Amino acid sequence: MSDIAFEIETRAGKPWRKPAFVQRPWLRWALIGGFVAYLIASYMTTEVNWMRVYEGLDRGKKFVLAFTSPDFTSRSTDIYWGMLESIIMTVASSVVGIAISIPIALGAARNVAPLPVYLICRSIIAISRALQEIIVAILLVAIFGFGPLAGFLTLSFATIGFLSKLLAEDIESMDKVQAEAIKASGARWAQWINYGVQPQVMPRLIGLSMYRLDINFRESAILGIVGAGGIGATLNTAFDRYEYDTAAAILIIIIVIVMALEYLSGIIRARVQ
Amino acid sequence: MLRLEKLVKTYKTGDQALKAVDLDIPEGQVLALIGPSGAGKSTLIRCINRLVEPTSGKVYLADVELTGLSSGALRRERRRMGMIFQEYALVERLSVMENVLSGRLGYVGFWRSFLRRFPQSDVDEAFRLLDRVGLAHMADKRADELSGGQRQRVGICRALIQNPAVLLVDEPTASLDPKTSRQIMRLICELCKERGLAAIINIHDVALAQMFVQRVIGLRFGAVEFDGPPEGLTPEVLTTIYGEEDWEATIEAVDDDDDAVAAL
Repeated sequence: MSDIAFEIETRAGKPWRKPAFVQRPWLRWALIGGFVAYLIASYMTTEVNWMRVYEGLDRGKKFVLAFTSPDFTSRSTDIYWGMLESIIMTVASSVVGIAISIPIALGAARNVAPLPVYLICRSIIAISRALQEIIVAILLVAIFGFGPLAGFLTLSFATIGFLSKLLAEDIESMDKVQAEAIKASGARWAQWINYGVQPQVMPRLIGLSMYRLDINFRESAILGIVGAGGIGATLNTAFDRYEYDTAAAILIIIIVIVMALEYLSGIIRARVQ
Repeated sequence: MLRLEKLVKTYKTGDQALKAVDLDIPEGQVLALIGPSGAGKSTLIRCINRLVEPTSGKVYLADVELTGLSSGALRRERRRMGMIFQEYALVERLSVMENVLSGRLGYVGFWRSFLRRFPQSDVDEAFRLLDRVGLAHMADKRADELSGGQRQRVGICRALIQNPAVLLVDEPTASLDPKTSRQIMRLICELCKERGLAAIINIHDVALAQMFVQRVIGLRFGAVEFDGPPEGLTPEVLTTIYGEEDWEATIEAVDDDDDAVAAL
């Protein structure tokens, strides 16, 4: 039944190998060799001051040892208010960010939105993703002054880029036929989204939202360093004063809260699968 | 009831899926559409309710011409065309009841459907239909918990609750075992008879089509090659539709099938 001439006798007995990704051997070896050379060169040009490392090891040791005796008490008021501010910032920015992300995600999914809307929403996402949180926070602190408002706005803005993009990608890869069946019943657009699209992307939306809540909390600990409110300010002060035991206490609280969020999101995701 | 005039569909790639198809389906007639893969069967069905936009030609449902309708008017007409899909196309994460009630979306407002507060008459009808296909006890199960045959029966309920004038059925048995396939085909045909519905059924299985329908259309390369009663499907006709093969076995199988059904 073979249509193409194939001499099984001449082929038999010879080994078979998977064809290489890059066909031409000289090009393949040049690529590999070039990459290795670049890697070696980049390691060689990274300067290390071994004397400085030796001195620093001592400070590093102090920092690590501080975790064995974290000090929750001497700055407990600062930690309490800083933590409270961080949590408020996290929850508020996540809720607002997610609420804005959902319509933008619908607009950024090519199979749901017409081309002009798609381009606008994709641009919003691109802008949000291009600007790193710290840069946005510095700008917003300059506009709104020090405090949690700048942090809240920064995290909301960052949430939009993250959540809209990933949710839009999930919408684009949904099962088209399920949505088509809803459309065929004469449903209007909003009903079509609610019945045909939403059930398909709901687990992903919830998973991403929980993950973003987690990220926002961790980011809120960083944003304080540039003056955008939250526990970061307290943490930064502790580092500046070499109060590693207080810093350790703050880090332990952050770790515990992140782990609790991780555990919670696991439970929720298992329930909505 | 349903009339197609010179319906043409040319895809962007240049493939001509339908070449000026004319078809007239009287009220209450169940029609099977057969033909090889890629003959345009699925495209034909989807051009009727405009899930695929036809390139030219006209589609009349009763007296309404569908191809020129605005999106709002199209939605109202889609309510009168129930569709049953290959692979069921149930929304898997919704419950059986939500899937059936989604057939009423064209009749209820957004907030009612969003809050799942459908009119009592719709809920009653949904349970009546589920009971008719033997699935009333499954109403609150999630659709993805059901077997293939059960899912397709839910799909049938969803199409019927629209109170349609015509059913568009796309390969209803493609992923079902032979016994379930027959049960589903029998159910569709019985329900069409009960309600006086016209139906177009796309189907691969020629023998199965011959068992249940009154009229067969053979499609080849987007053109109608055969239009007649199921008895008219001789080996010569099947060869013009599908190409050269030994067709005796297929046709003999039909006779066996009839005996088997009689024995049931």
